[in-house]
Amino acid sequence: MYPAPFRYHRAGSVAEAIRMLGDIGEGARALAGGQSLLVLLKVRFDEPTDLVDLARIPDLDTIDQGNGEIRIGALTTHASIARSELSTAIPIVGDCANGIADNQVRSRGTIGGNVCSGDPSCDWPTLLATLDAQVHCEGPDGKRAVPVTEFVEDLYATVLGQGEIVTGISFPTPAVGSAGAYVGFKRCAPAYPTSSVGLQLALNGDDCEDVRIALGSSGLTSIHATDAEAELRGKTLTDDVIAKAAEAAAAQAEPIEDQRGSEDFKRSLIDTLVKRGVGVARRRCAGETVEVSHEYY
Amino acid sequence: MSTTEVVAHEVDKIPVEITVNGTVYRREVEPRLLLVQFIREDLRLTGTHIGCDTTYCGACTILLDGEPVKSCTMLAVQADGSDVQTVESLEKDGELHPLQTAFSENHGLQCGYCTPGMLMSSVALLAKNPNPSDKDIRKGIQGNLCRCTGYHNIFKSIEAAAAAMREE
Repeated sequence: MYPAPFRYHRAGSVAEAIRMLGDIGEGARALAGGQSLLVLLKVRFDEPTDLVDLARIPDLDTIDQGNGEIRIGALTTHASIARSELSTAIPIVGDCANGIADNQVRSRGTIGGNVCSGDPSCDWPTLLATLDAQVHCEGPDGKRAVPVTEFVEDLYATVLGQGEIVTGISFPTPAVGSAGAYVGFKRCAPAYPTSSVGLQLALNGDDCEDVRIALGSSGLTSIHATDAEAELRGKTLTDDVIAKAAEAAAAQAEPIEDQRGSEDFKRSLIDTLVKRGVGVARRRCAGETVEVSHEYY
Repeated sequence: MSTTEVVAHEVDKIPVEITVNGTVYRREVEPRLLLVQFIREDLRLTGTHIGCDTTYCGACTILLDGEPVKSCTMLAVQADGSDVQTVESLEKDGELHPLQTAFSENHGLQCGYCTPGMLMSSVALLAKNPNPSDKDIRKGIQGNLCRCTGYHNIFKSIEAAAAAMREE
């Protein structure tokens, strides 16, 4: 399947990309790894007049840590995040990086592209919402940082203005003793998740001092599961408390029935995934190494 | 004539230089040309298959600078300057690659449609991990769908090839 014809431009720097996108205007789209964009172009879901290829802009594929935060360049691929030290140090990041689609897609797909696609089934926005991340943007009016939960405004829609691109993301280094898990369920490796849950816990013994939960593939954008957090925060984690939180997350989700499953099926998945996520995060808080990712048939 | 056709004539071709199986090819390509079409239609290397054409099935898997990618979800212009390996690179001087021998001996294929992609994902797996566990093999070909074999004979084939390659 051919995409509709478009002109192709290759940007050598962030400044050049901004200028190209700004000059071309509405018909231009930024291309990174293309693992979301090209799929949409091939089915003619979108017919841009021009693609501006960002992939060869230098220095946008680095992972840095310092001053209490972690910064990941927009062009960093899922595969390089998966095999980075970051994924070992902060396992929830590895859960997500390793769980996205399959080996081939992870070779090409980038964290910046994943966030910019505005697809609620894309994993990074949900994981990054769990870690309270900021999306770093640069455009004709300069630089700005936007919380990831505000960056994706609606289905396939972000706050990016004309000529504006994402250069990276950052999030606070999780506190020592806190840990999380990103778990999902999908029909097969290459498929988007049917449902996914990101969950970050700070524990004192069995007491939940703080928690953040986000739900993926569960509405038009990632959903910050505030009701479920309220069921856990400040409480001792008993089976009953966890079950109530899982129920609250399932209730707050806004899943849409599609070929991946009914609304009820997806709510029951979310309920299970919250419980599984809490279980894994607790074991990790206690220092245990636990390997999880998306489950599939 | 639709507006799309008018635009098609206005789009400039882009010069690319892509190394495929050790040979450097210089071509001018339309920007929307997919890498898999460049390989199959321009270079006539038809071993790389188009299956689902939607980034699912992995039949079009090739190695790009050593990494497995789905060539139906990449533009030829994105591969400019890269090194591509297709299934045709595996057989050397009439000798099958140990993976090809193992797939043949262990009935790792039936219709053969997914096989080029399975082989290229397996090449990538064994390059990184010469002694993969059962789970490693499953993860190694997670992006490749087979509708004939039920996968068991594919796992067997990869295990056998890994053993043969370790002995070489």
